[in-house]
Amino acid sequence: MSGLLDSYARPAGPEVIDHLRQVARPLAGAKVVHVNSTATGGGVAEILRRLVPLMRELGIDASWELIDGDAEFFATTKTFHNALQGNKVDASRRALENYERINRENAARLRPALEAADFVFIHDPQPAALLRNQQGERHGRWIWRCHIDVSRPHRPIWKYLREFVRAYDASVFSLAAFAQPLPHPQYLIHPSIDPISEKNVLLPAHEVESVLDRFGLDRSRPILLQVSRFDRFKDPVGVIRAYHLVKPHAPVQLVLAGGTASDDPEGEDVLAEVRDAAAGDPDIHILLLPSDAHRDINALQRGATLVLQKSLREGFGLTVTEALWKGRPVIGGDTGGITLQVVDRHTGFLVSTPEGAAFRIRYLLSRPDLIAEMGKKGRKLVRENFLLTRHLREYMTLMLSLRHGAQDRLEIA
Amino acid sequence: MAPFQFMDCAVTTLALGKSAQNLREFRDRIAEVPPQSISHHFYEALLRPVFDDPEYRNDFAVWARRQLHDNLLAERLGAIDPIEFESLETLRQEVIDIIEDRLAEATFVPWAASGHEFHFQRSQMVVLDTGLRASTPADLAARVPRLSTGSIFYHFVEGRRRPPIKVDDFSVWLAGWGPELEPTREAIAAIDYHLWSLTEMRTLIGAALHRLPRDSGGRSAGRGHDDDRTRDDERVHGEERAHGDERARGNEAPR
Repeated sequence: MSGLLDSYARPAGPEVIDHLRQVARPLAGAKVVHVNSTATGGGVAEILRRLVPLMRELGIDASWELIDGDAEFFATTKTFHNALQGNKVDASRRALENYERINRENAARLRPALEAADFVFIHDPQPAALLRNQQGERHGRWIWRCHIDVSRPHRPIWKYLREFVRAYDASVFSLAAFAQPLPHPQYLIHPSIDPISEKNVLLPAHEVESVLDRFGLDRSRPILLQVSRFDRFKDPVGVIRAYHLVKPHAPVQLVLAGGTASDDPEGEDVLAEVRDAAAGDPDIHILLLPSDAHRDINALQRGATLVLQKSLREGFGLTVTEALWKGRPVIGGDTGGITLQVVDRHTGFLVSTPEGAAFRIRYLLSRPDLIAEMGKKGRKLVRENFLLTRHLREYMTLMLSLRHGAQDRLEIA
Repeated sequence: MAPFQFMDCAVTTLALGKSAQNLREFRDRIAEVPPQSISHHFYEALLRPVFDDPEYRNDFAVWARRQLHDNLLAERLGAIDPIEFESLETLRQEVIDIIEDRLAEATFVPWAASGHEFHFQRSQMVVLDTGLRASTPADLAARVPRLSTGSIFYHFVEGRRRPPIKVDDFSVWLAGWGPELEPTREAIAAIDYHLWSLTEMRTLIGAALHRLPRDSGGRSAGRGHDDDRTRDDERVHGEERAHGDERARGNEAPR
């Protein structure tokens, strides 16, 4: 039978698919419900869109439910998101009451599905209060999956949310640094990229060339690329500084590709700073791309000579994963999940300053063979560690582990 | 001779919620974490790809080198072969002794930068019977290139912790096939699990089994999936190389 799962055999390796089938076998028929707040846009929806059908193909009875909410609810959860990432923002009592009311209403609407489930995965803070509204004895195991960098949360908001999260059977964080003191097991599952998605699928050379031409890039000269929101933590101005330091030595072009960040009030300010720093240089291309410009991003990453992610602070940094998957070395900030992916001197270089980035750009541009060698290592690193297939396997291992009482070693005949 | 039973394993990682920022805290935490955490940082570290110098194949040594910038300590910790210790407690004591020796001789306590603390973890392993069996060494040779990395970890790394201690499962089973397979066993035994990633171990074990004597069931290993995948990668890189080369040529163009 040829299905979605088989289409992962080529990028991930056929033995990886065999392994998934092995791990899934004891979970056959298990009812799994994922709950989040949006069907489109954002990394969580992107992952669930593929993860749920893959689970179903593996014989798991997986489904995906959405919670409804009003504008005030989503404004509050946006505040939660910012606060968990460390911004000192608070929510009013009225906003919190509305958050709890919306969760109560959704819990009532989703009750049949949630009560029948063997495993309930609640993604991020929006539906975190659903569990409190479950009535009677709990049948399934509830897991809170946090996709946010909560390494230094704004304490008042975390303390509020913690009261909902404490009741779960387990939580899942993306990095060890994000784990919080909680009275249940805290699993660590890194994010992943989908190798067959529009953003990561192999593109024909002519398509890559046509995208580079469309954005006015000179294909005969080196292209440096950073893909990220216009956010100070991504240090786009530092990237321009690095470009200026390289420019006298190599005929480089710089592409800063990011979203319009309409929900981020700081985004416009940062964009203005970036334009100011670029000072009309025709070799600096500031591209404001819509959130669904996946193939364009894919082509830019494939067309780039080197990719930068010079973040000052980073959650995991999936743009790094995407670039490595395309065989591009990454010069990345020495922070967060970038340090798991940029293995210094092997898949790229970790840097702390624009000067450091500039030096490494010059170093690599003068060594095309090293660029190719690092590219191969980067692709291997991603294939073995950061593809969706690994993400799926870890979810299933977690379920097996929880079902059998979270033992350190579990043997299944 | 009982057939070889192929097992598979999947590992998931848990945070302990304990971290260390300097060498003294590091010692104190190592002394108090559960033994499963010591095991995780030595053995499950091997599940990650190998890019660095091979002496740093455990998490403690890597942190000492990368974050404390203490090469001397990293080399001493990196030289520990966990399989040489009779228990996780004696292994733990060895780590503590090395750190205390370093604290005694150092003129200051090394610190990691903020955001680069050591986070202690542990793992849970789910072991599964694949249902696959090898009746002859040739069957084994044919199957190994198709094994998952979880299976390689279970049989070639984790197997050394089960009786008979320090010997991988493949070698144990091949020992029952008589002295003519001794060269094959020696070739497998010569693969140092400390030096290779799991995919590389799979390729090396497959290569060792490829040289089976003819009377053990023939040379059936053939070309494995790694080869297929390498070709696929080469195809991808070949296509991408066209762009890369353009960039490289561009870099060399006169300004």
